Amino acid sequence: MSAISPNKFPPNKLLWEEHLPGGNHWSGRLRRGTALRLADLQGGANVSALFFNAEQPLERYNMPDTLKSQHTGFLTAGYVCQSDMGRVLCSITADSLGWHDTWCGVGDAVMAQAKYGEKRYQQHCNAMHRNGRDNLLIELAKWGLGARDLVPCVNFFSKVVPDADGALSHVAGHSVAGSCVDLRFEMDTLVVLSSAPHPLDANSIYAPADVQLSAYRADPVAPDDACRIQCPQNGRAFTNTERYVGVTA
Amino acid sequence: MSKLLESGFNPADAVLDQTCQAGDPWMATVRAGQTLRILDLEGNQAVDTLFYSATNAEERYSATDTIARNGQLYLGLGSKLYSSQGRVMLTITADTCGRHDTLGGACSSESNTVRYALDKRPMHSCRDSFMHALCHCHEAGALGLGKRDIAPNINFFMNVPVTTAGHLSFEDGISGAGKYVELRAEMDVVVLISNCPQLNNPCNGYNPTPIRLLVWN
Repeated sequence: MSAISPNKFPPNKLLWEEHLPGGNHWSGRLRRGTALRLADLQGGANVSALFFNAEQPLERYNMPDTLKSQHTGFLTAGYVCQSDMGRVLCSITADSLGWHDTWCGVGDAVMAQAKYGEKRYQQHCNAMHRNGRDNLLIELAKWGLGARDLVPCVNFFSKVVPDADGALSHVAGHSVAGSCVDLRFEMDTLVVLSSAPHPLDANSIYAPADVQLSAYRADPVAPDDACRIQCPQNGRAFTNTERYVGVTA
Repeated sequence: MSKLLESGFNPADAVLDQTCQAGDPWMATVRAGQTLRILDLEGNQAVDTLFYSATNAEERYSATDTIARNGQLYLGLGSKLYSSQGRVMLTITADTCGRHDTLGGACSSESNTVRYALDKRPMHSCRDSFMHALCHCHEAGALGLGKRDIAPNINFFMNVPVTTAGHLSFEDGISGAGKYVELRAEMDVVVLISNCPQLNNPCNGYNPTPIRLLVWN
């Protein structure tokens, strides 16, 4: 894990910035060679993220392939998000937290209502309650995708730990204000995000934190890049990716 | 390990009794109220398994819903298998193994190139078995299933322990010849199995073997 300051990249590398309110959703395309920083603005954020090959979304982030090739149950700097086709969609190049959840997916409308009560648009306008599953489905639909494409996501900023028997507990207060994680895209990638609460967050008050999205030009991937040399498996996944995009290492 | 419980069902009364050979796929419909037994005939055999609602291709077994709603990484006696729509699809009602995996997913020719070596691509794999079943089985055609519908699966009899520090390992199986797991269907489900052909790690004891599938009313 490497701690980073919020303004590490030079301003001339910045492509755009966008504010993602807590509980909301976003999607967009991040090209190979660009990076996206997610920053937790108030502390306690959760960002559920799906990644698809932008030119063939049948290829998508695959939780088991990502975990088993890197022998990890969580993600942090040095790890990569792998597709089901043996390639790297994005690399985690910096992280101030050390643990991002990969196991728990998103909550749905029934779960949200049971935990937080109902807050509808008619009474509360944009302060209405939203949930992770519907957020992701709304953004997927904008790209011609749907429920069949909603696979296990990464829950950035959230930590869920197992005991020796596999029973899980959500770690409250894991992400503090200013926490950030940087994703460098190795393929042209469709990114789909929800900032609704984590399904195991025990806090019964609906108060999802806002998130800052900052896209910037990434430095070229060096032969000794930390994500590439993390393990031989990652080296082979980078080779597969380079064959797909038509470049040599 | 979770508690073990033997079944009261007698194979002589089963309405379906089939063998799935090593490395083959298998697909069938199990109706609400019926019980499916997956039997590890020779031991140490990973059985990669997916479930779909028999009436709605958009509702399928969801690893993340199952993990989050059970609050538990492993499956065992009493575990409920949840769908992507948050409904219980099946319940584990008997188990003589003690632990089943939710995180390891299915091997593929592409993941073999990453995990082992670039030249392992031609080796037979679970996801190729899934693709074959989707192309040939009546149940897949009726639901219109394709690659989009292949989400992370359950590995019955496979042992993927996660340490309290969050690290994952693939251990020798804890199953043995004659061990089985039984699941009661809570809705009409289509079952898609790949009897895992992986030869590069200990998930099948380096020796893939047949399994037996039984269904009771």
